Amino acid sequence: MATTLAKAADGTEAVTHAARIEHVSKSFAGPAGQQLVLDDITLDVAPGEFVTLLGASGCGKSTLLNLVAGLDRPSAGEITTDGRPALMFQEHALFPWLTAGKNIELALKLRGVPKPERRGKAEELLELVRLKGAYGKRVHELSGGMRQRVALARALAQESKLLLMDEPFAALDAITRDVLHDELTRIWRETQLSVLFVTHNVREAVRLAERVVLLSSRPGRIAREWRVDIPQPRRIEDTAVAELSVEITEELRGEIRRHGQH
Amino acid sequence: MASTDSTTVAKDGSDLAGLEAGLDALETRQTGRTPFRQTFTEKILPPVIAVALVLAVWQALVSFKVVDDPTKLPAPSDVWDVVHTAWLQGELLGYIWTSVSRGLLGFCFALLIGTPLGLLVARVKFVRAAIGPILSGLQSLPSVAWVPPAVIWLGLNNSMMYAVILLGAVPSIANGLVSGVDQVPPLFLRAGRTLGATGLKGTWHIVLPAALPGYVAGLKQGWAFSWRSLMAAEIIASFPDLGVGLGQLLENGRNASDMAMVFEAIFLILIVGIAIDLLIFSPLERWVLRSRGLLVKS
Repeated sequence: MATTLAKAADGTEAVTHAARIEHVSKSFAGPAGQQLVLDDITLDVAPGEFVTLLGASGCGKSTLLNLVAGLDRPSAGEITTDGRPALMFQEHALFPWLTAGKNIELALKLRGVPKPERRGKAEELLELVRLKGAYGKRVHELSGGMRQRVALARALAQESKLLLMDEPFAALDAITRDVLHDELTRIWRETQLSVLFVTHNVREAVRLAERVVLLSSRPGRIAREWRVDIPQPRRIEDTAVAELSVEITEELRGEIRRHGQH
Repeated sequence: MASTDSTTVAKDGSDLAGLEAGLDALETRQTGRTPFRQTFTEKILPPVIAVALVLAVWQALVSFKVVDDPTKLPAPSDVWDVVHTAWLQGELLGYIWTSVSRGLLGFCFALLIGTPLGLLVARVKFVRAAIGPILSGLQSLPSVAWVPPAVIWLGLNNSMMYAVILLGAVPSIANGLVSGVDQVPPLFLRAGRTLGATGLKGTWHIVLPAALPGYVAGLKQGWAFSWRSLMAAEIIASFPDLGVGLGQLLENGRNASDMAMVFEAIFLILIVGIAIDLLIFSPLERWVLRSRGLLVKS
């Protein structure tokens, strides 16, 4: 599934999207028979684009991300990506038996980077997330924010065209999250990655994205989309961010209210 | 998209770097090792006091003639004399080495068999369904039960001792690895798969290192089982040609009704068992746990 476009990325064909999700549905076997989680989702992520998927619980946003990551298969429809995407989780998912630097080197090794180059590359990536001295640090010696930055560096080590992020900052305190938003924006602009970012935080979605996609819940369907034209670097407390957030929140609340009516 | 004012961006950049450095400094916990003095008073002193108390009570029982029968309870000093004499005659290290070399060699064989077996049970569904329950059942079988069949199969020799050690230790080691693999957080497996660690690569880079704490716990238990099985084998199958190990020493003491020698053997078995654990397995376990931040300081 993911390989069809990886071939195209070698230059035989022009790639016009980092991920293409076409009429994708997913259902799981539940106690009350088959339960539809995602219903006919169609969504393209352009190369270099930053898209946030926004929705309340039960909208299947993490399920969709797993499908795009290739960790699960859709029940219907097709997903193509430009190479294998990198994935970042809400938990840092760093391996505690390796140091910060070695976690990144493992990603490089699995990608086939020869041994002599790994150390230098890992240090470059740590410098990119501003953790220059953290190479030899164990995971438990790092703060929550530092762990997520190492996880970001490890994801970047895969050199994927597409970075999938599953609420990566949800477990962090507000100050750290704010800093990491700035950091992610900076790195996204420097690397020209495509990002598909899942969150339930409206302000975060508006702060980061070029495009916000709102999913309805049970089953997840695309309810509405907004283009965000506010120039970067933005701040979460910018008036323009706040105004758009109010509008989107209204829409999101409307979606949630529908579920209380029957 | 392109920055219209490069100076503000640069300023923003350095501001962010400073802010981040500050946050990192504030949120990083400093962890150091506990000073030796504290380790001494909290960890070493209490058991030393306990042992001293037991010895004092024992000596008192004999000195005040509460138990006035050296064939039932010899004085600690008598036991010490026996140990001391054995040392002077150069026999003590011989007893210990005979048993320890058997035990460690047997344990290494058990390691070579138990590890792939455990991996097979953990990763292959059919194998797990077929022999998983038997393997955990075997753990509750006292390994001394294997001594009579091992003697009949192999005769009174060293191979029989190794067979008994293997049958005692292999299930523990394999089960330790199985439970270690079962406890690997699914998140690690998912993270590994997105990095491209699937199949054998996944086993080598993710599953095995993640399962290490459980595996080491299994090794520790495996050693305890090896040592116990070996002592049982040595006591039951004592045969002069095999060389005198600690189990034979105990059996010789019983045959000679020499209670001091019996006590000597019991203490040596206990001390060697504890020493191997303290010198090899506990440091290994602590190292594995500490490097992962799993060792909680109390």
